[in-house]
Amino acid sequence: MIALPDGEPVSTSLDNAPLGIVFVPEPILTLTDAVVAFDALRAVDGVSLSVPRGQRRAIIGPNGAGKTTLFNAIAGMVPPTSGRIMFDGHDITKLPPHRRAQLGISRTFQITNLFPTLSVQDNMILALRGLSPRKFSLFGRPDRDSVEAPRIAAALGAARIAERADVTVKELSYGEQRQLEIALSLVTTPTMLLLDEPAAGLSPSERSMVAEIIRSLDRDITVVLIEHDMDLALGLVDFVTCMFEGRILVEEAPEGIRRNKKVQEVYLGKPRHA
Amino acid sequence: MTMPLTPTPSRVAGMTGRAALIAAIIVVAAAALPLALSNYQVGLATEVLIFGILAMSIDILAGFAGRTSLGHGAIFGVSTYVVVYATTHGGLPPAVAFAAGVLAATVVAAIFGLLAVRTSGVYFLLLTLALGMIVWGICLRWTQVTGGENGMRGDVRPAVLLTNSAFYWAVLASAAVVAFAMWRFVRSPFGLTLRGIRDSESRMRSLGYNVPLHLFIGFTVSGFFAGVAGALYAMFNNFVSPSTVALAQSVEGVLMMIAGGVGTLFGAFVGAAAIIALENVVSAYTERWQMVLGITFILIMIFAPEGIVGKLRATLTRKVR
Ligand SMILES: Nc1ncnc2c1ncn2[C@@H]1O[C@H](COP(=O)(O)OP(=O)(O)OP(=O)(O)O)[C@@H](O)[C@H]1O
Ligand SMILES: [Mg+2]
Repeated sequence: MIALPDGEPVSTSLDNAPLGIVFVPEPILTLTDAVVAFDALRAVDGVSLSVPRGQRRAIIGPNGAGKTTLFNAIAGMVPPTSGRIMFDGHDITKLPPHRRAQLGISRTFQITNLFPTLSVQDNMILALRGLSPRKFSLFGRPDRDSVEAPRIAAALGAARIAERADVTVKELSYGEQRQLEIALSLVTTPTMLLLDEPAAGLSPSERSMVAEIIRSLDRDITVVLIEHDMDLALGLVDFVTCMFEGRILVEEAPEGIRRNKKVQEVYLGKPRHA
Repeated sequence: MTMPLTPTPSRVAGMTGRAALIAAIIVVAAAALPLALSNYQVGLATEVLIFGILAMSIDILAGFAGRTSLGHGAIFGVSTYVVVYATTHGGLPPAVAFAAGVLAATVVAAIFGLLAVRTSGVYFLLLTLALGMIVWGICLRWTQVTGGENGMRGDVRPAVLLTNSAFYWAVLASAAVVAFAMWRFVRSPFGLTLRGIRDSESRMRSLGYNVPLHLFIGFTVSGFFAGVAGALYAMFNNFVSPSTVALAQSVEGVLMMIAGGVGTLFGAFVGAAAIIALENVVSAYTERWQMVLGITFILIMIFAPEGIVGKLRATLTRKVR
């Protein structure tokens, strides 16, 4: 990906590029002038953004920058007030969240959002059946079948909590709950995974485990990661979008972002971890 | 594979062998009751079974989807009205009238469901209450059809079930089938989605679930079972009046469910037994049954908010540990 001097990424259309010289994968996600307003507050204030298929993208920015609200607009929990969102060839601007999930968008929550009274296993079953007709089986057998079992095992293994399958979620440690957050979003093999501060509140060793989980994700999955800790984020992604006060401040490759003056300013006006 | 495999014990219709045995013993013991009880008491036991089904249908929503309905008395009563009307004025045979009653209750529940599923908490409570009041108002005012305040009398019960014991056995058989069906329902893949909605609607939506649709289906199925209870009640009582669809009926169903234990499902029968027994003892001494019911409810909420069966279960597991 090439970045113009003002930080705008190059248009991904092939029209103005000599064919066969530059290949830019077509974007899987495109936001055009997206706005999310809560009364007078424009939490997302005219964001245009495009994520190529298979890219790993970080969204960084200080508290209140609008990162989570942007995710909510993409996943459909808070539909945009104006603007347009395209995903994988579909205009999803007005679709409810469950329809977006069916198109392959999966997300985790900044504030842990699990099924606390159910077992880890049942949490995973719910996550997997969200996209299968079996969820409508009114009097059928509850157990996971021979297709479901290995997929659940694989996702729990990928999130490193396989041995906790039979535990009730509210009895898990906070760190394990964060791992389950990821496992739930993984089990359906989404097209695009939105991770909202997956390592929030974790100890350094737990944080590096979460980083390892993200690093070992299937490369076909487009990953958008919100994280304000640059140390964690920059090692994991191909490209970085920095938000500030609802707008995109800078878009740049991870190598350059630390030295970017604007980014340094919004991060308390000094370079972090210089 | 690193996943711990849950052992699958041999099962009968989805129940473990032990659960199936306990269920069989309870049904056989219940079937033997008429041999030990007076005719009047057999009537009471029949009532316990009917209201147990109603309370259980409420528990499907309250205990599993986290939605407490105050409209189920009305759904139950619509079935009662239709069964009585269909046999007396429509001249339909009891079995057809029964089916018509259950169908009518299911349709009413579907309408309630359409309107209520986008709400939760106290809004759900109030909306279902209001819908129930509308049904009550219709039954009270639509005099030509419902008989208004006087209600309707009719010989609804089929001839073979005329004795109290015979009818009790028929209700027991229905209750066993219906309770088993509801148990299968809450444990099914669909039932798990209701528990997911109870725990986190936003997570369910982001996993691809159309939450209102699931609640709508859950409400309709629950209303179907309330309708079965209402149709049995028509045959039990051979009479229906606006008090059958009144708010007090809904409240009593909810209290039975809470007394037994929210989310325990079969606790509904224990709750129904406790409240019907209490009502009979109390009404021998005072007219103020409603007040006693209120006080009982407060005491339950203070001393055993998890209900009778919930409390027993908690005590037993503590002992085992
Ligand atoms: N539902 C809501 N109603 C009103 N205001 C909201 C709502 N959700 C978010 N906001 C406001 O929108 C702004 C952006 O919030 P958002 O949660 O998107 O920030 P963020 O970048 O995720 O911050 P953090 O790093 O702290 O998670 C904040 O000022 C917040 O108070
Ligand atoms: Mg946030």
